[in-house]
Amino acid sequence: MAEDAPAVPGYRRDPGVHPPLDYPGYKSTGLRHPERPLKVLPHLLTEVTGPLLGEDRVGPLDHDLTRRHEGEPMGQRIIVHGRVLDADGRPVPHTLVEIWQANAGGRYRHKGDNWPCPLDPNFTGVGRTVTDGQGRYSFTTIRPGAYPWKNHDNAWRPAHIHFSLFGRAFTQRLVTQMYFPGDPLFFQDPMWNSIPDPAARERLVARYDHERTEPEWALAYAWDIVLRGRASTVFEHELALEDDD
Amino acid sequence: MEPTTPSQTVGPYLHIGLPWPDGPFALREGAPGGVWLRGTVTDGAGAPVADALIETWQADPEGRFDHPDDPRGAVRREGFRGFGRCPTDGEGRWGVYTLKPGPVPGPPGVQAPHIDVSVFARGMLHRTVTRVYFPDEAEANAVDPVLSSLDSPEERATLIAQETEDGYRFDIRLQGEGETVFFDI
Ligand SMILES: [Fe+3]
Repeated sequence: MAEDAPAVPGYRRDPGVHPPLDYPGYKSTGLRHPERPLKVLPHLLTEVTGPLLGEDRVGPLDHDLTRRHEGEPMGQRIIVHGRVLDADGRPVPHTLVEIWQANAGGRYRHKGDNWPCPLDPNFTGVGRTVTDGQGRYSFTTIRPGAYPWKNHDNAWRPAHIHFSLFGRAFTQRLVTQMYFPGDPLFFQDPMWNSIPDPAARERLVARYDHERTEPEWALAYAWDIVLRGRASTVFEHELALEDDD
Repeated sequence: MEPTTPSQTVGPYLHIGLPWPDGPFALREGAPGGVWLRGTVTDGAGAPVADALIETWQADPEGRFDHPDDPRGAVRREGFRGFGRCPTDGEGRWGVYTLKPGPVPGPPGVQAPHIDVSVFARGMLHRTVTRVYFPDEAEANAVDPVLSSLDSPEERATLIAQETEDGYRFDIRLQGEGETVFFDI
């Protein structure tokens, strides 16, 4: 049997930040949310560790979605950059960031997406990169279009880029979406409205970043992602519990 | 303290960005000693969920992790990533090829061999998290601190895989009869 190891610091929970699993405004949650309350999982070794995926999963052009085909994709070329941080403001270095998105017209290269908008032969819509030593990432892509879906009458998704992040621990894993400032479609979007705190919704909106534009080449947007931070108090609490035994 | 970034669904088009050719192989394809952990994801009507993604994270057979935050030190095992990722197919089926993990230190006590699982899907605004335990570990399961914290034998049973010819089967029921126990992590 494995020997007892010292307790490890867990990660601070962030109640109230994430959307609920049961959200009637997003119809597909109806049969896909657990009806029993979630049980609390303490942060033990399996939860405070996680896959440290890096350079070996990323090819040299994976961060540039505009250079993956013979020709250039249609649409507005943009740079999307920012930092991956934890809730203590510490950068998360050398961590894998994955994105996927629709093309400039709002169509995904996916067999399930067949609304009448042309595919772009020069755009697949998938990107990967690894943050640098300061937690910075950068993609070059095209601005995705809004697209219709069948959730409610005349439903349209605001333009967005899907993001997947690992952090350092299973506990920090996050899949989310980045939006663009001033999108007129937020008001009717259940994904957006499912986030209970309006201030938290705004944290999904990138900022137009004129400083990082490339003259006569690309506009730029800045978006920082904040993963959960360390909770050393949990460590003391769990040690105390153990002493009581 | 910085407020954290909210979760959003992976949506129906997760297949564009997330699956990797070697994703299901937490243990390198063809490596000896591997087991297949397979299952289905079904919804509250019992229908297969064809647009889900399963991710697994676990210790190696000695209960060690390749991670610096393990206070015993990181241990790298040739051909073993500890992490598996597999989208569900049209019938809601997924599978990960891996090594059976060893027991992992608590506290409190020792944890029975287990695999942490994330479920992402269209219709899920946030991942759900569950744990796989093993049917051939009854003694360790009986004293596992997480399993022991569950209220009923029915709940515990949803976290215990079944033995199969080439490994184990772990079905995930998102809702309703036999609903899998999910954790707030
Ligand atoms: Fe989308």
